[in-house]
Order: sequence, then structure tokens, then C-alpha cells
Amino acid sequence: MAKVPVQLTLNGTERAEFIDGGLTLLNALRDRFGDTSPKGGCHQGTCGACSVIVDGDLKLSCLTLAETCNGAHVETTAGLAADGIQHPLQRAFLDGFAAQCGFCTPGMIMAAKALLARVPNPSRDDVVEAISGNICRCTGYEPIIQAILSAARSNSQNAA
Amino acid sequence: MALKRGRGVAAINYPTGMNLGGDPSQALVHSTPTGAFMVTLSSVDLGQGLRQVMAQICAETIGIPTEQVTIDTADTDTGPHCMGTFASRGTHRIGNAVAQAAREARQVMLEVAAEALEVDAGDLDTDGKGMIHVKGAPQKSISVFDTALAAHFKYGRSISGRGMFLVPRSFPETETGAMKPATCYAHACTVVDVEVDDETGEVDVVSVKNVFEVGRALNPSMVEQQLVGGSWMGISHALYETTEPYYPAREHGGRDFNEYLMPGPGNLAETETIVLERPAADGPYGAKGVGEMCANPQIPAVANAIFDAVGVRIDSLPITPEKILRALKAQRAAA
Ligand code: FES
Ligand code: FES
Repeated sequence: MAKVPVQLTLNGTERAEFIDGGLTLLNALRDRFGDTSPKGGCHQGTCGACSVIVDGDLKLSCLTLAETCNGAHVETTAGLAADGIQHPLQRAFLDGFAAQCGFCTPGMIMAAKALLARVPNPSRDDVVEAISGNICRCTGYEPIIQAILSAARSNSQNAA
Repeated sequence: MALKRGRGVAAINYPTGMNLGGDPSQALVHSTPTGAFMVTLSSVDLGQGLRQVMAQICAETIGIPTEQVTIDTADTDTGPHCMGTFASRGTHRIGNAVAQAAREARQVMLEVAAEALEVDAGDLDTDGKGMIHVKGAPQKSISVFDTALAAHFKYGRSISGRGMFLVPRSFPETETGAMKPATCYAHACTVVDVEVDDETGEVDVVSVKNVFEVGRALNPSMVEQQLVGGSWMGISHALYETTEPYYPAREHGGRDFNEYLMPGPGNLAETETIVLERPAADGPYGAKGVGEMCANPQIPAVANAIFDAVGVRIDSLPITPEKILRALKAQRAAA
């Protein structure tokens, strides 16, 4: 099959790869661009583990064709830490013991990041809504909800 | 037709590990030339924190900071034998093996330090921060770092230890069938409040209160994390999850994530979890196994709460609205 060029900005760095037409963004990121932070749980849009941010919007990368991301800005959890300093969400997940196996964590964190960009001081209901497309087998969700709320609080303290 | 409230209680006695062939696990511990310690295992960390807890047990036993311990695990080609991570056996079985290996390594470490300080090994102690000193005379000391260097380059000693957990195999007595399937037991009790809609059969879990007796919580935050997640999982097993809804018939079974029912973050019952510590005599620093137990008592508690609410006993899982409605219908027919 003819390869298709895809050019995108991945976590602030311009990247280009030739990919097979019809490849999902999830598989392109993991297998072509070498970013394995988005996880493939179901490959059918049900678990949320593959969530990434494309041009500011939360997307399920398993349901997004890589070709449609030409010229887009793609953000994944691999790009969150700046100069080795963890992003407030990463810090809050660590401090709040909000991960066990960690498989859902990248998707949860990207869903939370998209939420906090929209709603800096979310209510508990906002948080539950924002991660309602993400399945977690291990934590019972409560530690994740608390971690996101605490990251939001520390963000607003820093802004104040 | 109405919403009916009910309360259910369940208490469990949970065996740590199993006793088929002695439930063995092995561990090897050795120091690097600069006094860091490696623990070699074949035991898999599934996310429950096995590596962290094994590092703590090794560090506590040798008398060094936890950061000085590296856990090398999960390569069954090269690691010492382990039965596996299941039956809530990790912390207890593998932890015992690690503690034994670390005790032997500590003994060699103290012997080398004694030779370097020209004192008796029995007079030495560690401060847990990287120093070895004469008891009662902390100024007469040598660092773990220098001890390891001396062992490697001067005295030709390997600061290392071997650990093994194995219990005598227990066979059932022919007369009574009695046997000793486990060496220690953890305990839990759960109280669940539900609201059952007797028109739709739907169950709303209003509150879940758990008490877990865990031996000793070696890492309290990770223990709590596992118990909170497990409690949710128990509720999920009680009311939602199955791959075989009409077992043994295969029809209508979930075939993928889309069709497998699991509650999301919007369905959380108010949950309270309390930890009790009664150290086990044979556990590493008193720990028992709590891995699977944390998701067990919620299931009978939910079944009991439903019985309390609407008077029907559902004895297969999950307790779906369909099962409740069929049972209510049979109850009315019998009345
Ligand atoms: S892998 Fe994309 S939603 Fe599950
Ligand atoms: S931490 Fe295991 S799936 Fe969420």
C-alpha cells in the first residue's frame, strides 16, 4: 500500500513520518512516532486509555485517523513534564496514589488536562463528567477524582 | 411499587497464600561494590506495589535507606523461583523470602565491617541511614559504602544472602478431612446499604463501610489504595460484571469492552474504609495478604442487603435487575 506522509507537532516538536493509509493516530504515535504514552485498551473507543489532545480538544486516538492530524498539534502525557519537573496533574496523581497498574493513567491525565484548560476550578461533578469516558480497573476512581481536584487547587494557588 | 431500603452485613476470614506443595518463593540479595543492594526475584508487580514493599522489607532488614535498594524482578528465565503473584501471597510469601535473604546479607555486611573496625560483629548496629557503628559508641563507625568497597576489594567477601519461603505441605486427614490450607488469615467486614426499586429491579448502592484487618500495613498509603479500589471492584462484581450472564448458555455474553458492564466514576457509592492492624506471627514485619480479600465481603453484603430490602435471595452473580424481578415475581406467585 502506498505510504502517506503525516506531519504534526508532537508535544511541541515538529515531526513527520510516512504511514500506511488508514492507520489510527494511536498506532501511529506508538509504532511510528515512538510515543508509547497513549495506551491501547480496547481500540474501539470504550476505555479512554488512548486519550490525547489534538489542537486543544480531547480525542480518542484509537478512533482518529492519523492522516486527519496533518498539521495538528498533538499532546500526550509524554510531553507533560517540563525539564524533568512533573506537571501538577502528574504530581497530584503520584501524591494521591491515584494509579495502581497505571494503564488508565495517561488517558485520565489527558482528560483532566483538557478539563482544567476549559474549567480551571471544576466541581466534583465536572471531574466525574470529564473522566466518564475513561475506565479504571484498579483504583475505584475516587483517588483519581481527588487527584484532579487537588491539581486544580494547586493550579489556582499558583495563579493567585 | 416503591424504593425499598435494605442493609446487609458480611464478614470474612481470608487465607493468605495457598498450601499446594508448600507455596514456595525465593529471593536473592546482593550488594553492589558501592553498597547499594539488589533484590533478585521472579515475582511480578501487577501494580499492587510489590516492588516498593519488597524494597522496604529489604532496607528495613539490612538497616539501610529504601532508596538504596533496587528490585530486579519478573524475568522468570533468570530470577530465583517464585510460585507467582496470586492468592494474596506476594507481601507475605515473597516478603518472608526477601527478609530471610536480607538477614543473611546483613550478617555478612556486619562481619566485614567488624573486620574493618577490628571489633566483634555482634557489637555492631546500623543506623538505617547508611552507617554501621559500635553499639553505644556511634563515633566508632564505618559507612555501608566503605564496607561494601572493603568486601569487594580487600576481604574478598560477597555481601549477599539467600531467602526461601516454604511451608510443610499439609495433606487432609483421611478421617476428618481437616487440613491446614494457609498459615495466616486476614479478616474483613462490610456493611452495605442499598435501595432496591421493586418495579425495575434496579439496585442503588447508597453506602459501603468496610473494616479490614491486614496484619501490618507495611505501606499504609498503598494498602489503603488497594482496599479502596478493591471495595469498588467487589461492588462491581456483585452487581455488574460477567462474561457469562446465562451460564452455561453462551448467549448474550459480552464479547468486548463495549458489552462488558462495569460501573464508571459516576456510579460511586459513598465508601468508608478502616484498617485494623494485628501483626501476624509469621508475616514479614507482621504483614498478611489483603490483595483479593479487599473485593470479597462486599458481594455477600450486597446480596444480604437486597434480601433485607425486598425479601428475595439471589445466589448467583452478578445480581442483575432481571434476576431480582424474576425472584420478586416468583415470590408474589407463591404468596
Ligand atoms: S483504546 Fe481508545 S478508547 Fe480504548
Ligand atoms: S490504575 Fe489500573 S486501570 Fe486505572
